[in-house]
Amino acid sequence: MVENDRWGTLLAHVILILGVFVVVFPVYVAIIASTQESGTFLRGVMPLLPGSYGWENYRTVILEGRSNAGAPPIGLMLWNSFVMAMMIAVGKIAISLLSAFAIVYFRFPFRIFFFWIIFITLMLPVEVRIVPTFQVVASLGMLNTYAGLSIPLIASATATFLFRQFFMTVPEEMLEAARVDGAGPMKFFKDILLPLSITNIAAMFVIMFIYGWNQYLWPLLITTDDGYYTIVMGIQRMVTGGDSEPLWHLIMATVVMAALPPILVILFMQRLFVKGLTETEK
Amino acid sequence: MARIVIDDLHKVYAGGVKAVTGVSLDIADGEMIVLVGPSGCGKSTLLRMVAGLETISSGTLSIGDRVVNDLEPAQRDIAMVFQNYALYPHMTVFGNLAYGLKNRGVSKADIDRQVRQAAEMLEITAYLDRKPRALSGGQRQRVAMGRALVREPAAFLFDEPLSNLDAKLRVQMRVEIRQLQKRLRTTSLYVTHDQLEALTMADRLVVLNGGVIEQVGTPMEVYDKPATVFVAGFIGSPAMNMLEMPYLKARGRLPDALPSGADLIGVRPDDLVLDALDAPALSLTGTVALLEPAGAESHIYVSLPGRAQPVTVRVAGVPLHLAEGAEITLRAPVDALHPFDAASGRRLA
Repeated sequence: MVENDRWGTLLAHVILILGVFVVVFPVYVAIIASTQESGTFLRGVMPLLPGSYGWENYRTVILEGRSNAGAPPIGLMLWNSFVMAMMIAVGKIAISLLSAFAIVYFRFPFRIFFFWIIFITLMLPVEVRIVPTFQVVASLGMLNTYAGLSIPLIASATATFLFRQFFMTVPEEMLEAARVDGAGPMKFFKDILLPLSITNIAAMFVIMFIYGWNQYLWPLLITTDDGYYTIVMGIQRMVTGGDSEPLWHLIMATVVMAALPPILVILFMQRLFVKGLTETEK
Repeated sequence: MARIVIDDLHKVYAGGVKAVTGVSLDIADGEMIVLVGPSGCGKSTLLRMVAGLETISSGTLSIGDRVVNDLEPAQRDIAMVFQNYALYPHMTVFGNLAYGLKNRGVSKADIDRQVRQAAEMLEITAYLDRKPRALSGGQRQRVAMGRALVREPAAFLFDEPLSNLDAKLRVQMRVEIRQLQKRLRTTSLYVTHDQLEALTMADRLVVLNGGVIEQVGTPMEVYDKPATVFVAGFIGSPAMNMLEMPYLKARGRLPDALPSGADLIGVRPDDLVLDALDAPALSLTGTVALLEPAGAESHIYVSLPGRAQPVTVRVAGVPLHLAEGAEITLRAPVDALHPFDAASGRRLA
């Protein structure tokens, strides 16, 4: 038994280490690659130790870009991605909070019907409704705008359901106490429900920010003006665009830069995020 | 402070369930009314209708001189203490007390003064900056009380406010609530299922059963002269013994003084004595089934021949001379007998 256990533990660790390796190695390669000089990759050998061009590569990517190689400075693209992710996260949370509030606390006609309509949107992510959505956005003249980038992605049921579940755990007496205390519906929402949902909102914000940041297909489709390119599709353009060989050292530097903001968001909101996913404040 | 008049109030839920049927009650200014009854008797529904949290199906309700049937809870000038307190968890104690005042547009200085005054009255001044989470059950209860009295409303509504406290704290808070209510002289409606709370706190007691009022009266009236078999069984602990007339006639001795038609006789466990009486109106012989010493008093369960339900007797101290299985004779004076009509359940005389 003891021997069995030891082998079991060993096996488990080997599998876990392999798993970690599979996840971490590409990230490591990206970081290493972003520090090499341009010619390194043409030799077809992938170095595994950092080169000495890191500083220069990142400076090039951030300040100069290589327009002829499909690589403008990434500052604007990072900004676009940030705006899009923020609009999606904030918009989604605002709409979900309000619709969950309506569904849980109000008795209006066709309430169940609307509930199911919202539910059905779960089955229709952007990728499924992409052609008609494009048509609508184009007709409204929202191609190459921040609104066009974010609004079609805002309508979502997931967050609505999360908030609905949370609202239903708030004791009924809380609402009644607020009514006796002279708070109308919106006052109750603002003074009681919102503060109670703060950890859930934080968790939702992190998830939705990353969701928005990682959007690829939709921005690729509706932006033709490079003033609205996002960083994720920018990477793709750097790989396929331009006349020359892909500048892998710059692409990798861009990749590392693109991965930073979501990491920062998680780091800053980690405490609230974990709290929101694991406990509800009573 | 205000008089509350409840006139023929009905509550019928959407499914046709009748929770309250034809309840009328005139509550004087400053009076403490306790609504008591088993769960599902409609006492909470009645209270919630007065609060405005439940719509009124028919009948009129006035607080002060206003008919408030269609007013929002906040407009009725009432305050409510909830069973689970319903404190706002994200606000400090001060914030909890101040919230209702803030919504009414009271000035900051006045809010501060009123909150501090209420906090002082309830001795929670030291916790004003804490969140409810950091308070014990008794302290939360006080905060809930504070939230009610800080607004100086026309009436307090209590919905089983003590049922989440442990036994010792419950007694303490019971006394405090009653003292506070007497001092403030605020009209109060108090719902409980605990008959001891009901008897000790009420100016007048309202016993509800199945959505209907069984009896209204001072605690002693209700205890001494229960109007129905239900009230007789519900108020008083241990419950009143109920003996059927034919059984008594066959087995025991009965006075002639009982009203005609009485076919159910109630006797409180305290009124049955083991000693000889000058002129016992009732005497029954049975065997001791169980002795239950409870410190200052003891309960003796006596099984009578030919009856499944034993009779309960309460005596002071512990009856050392008795053993389980011993034969004893129980007697009661005539004025301790409560005659009822079994068919209608009503008291006769």
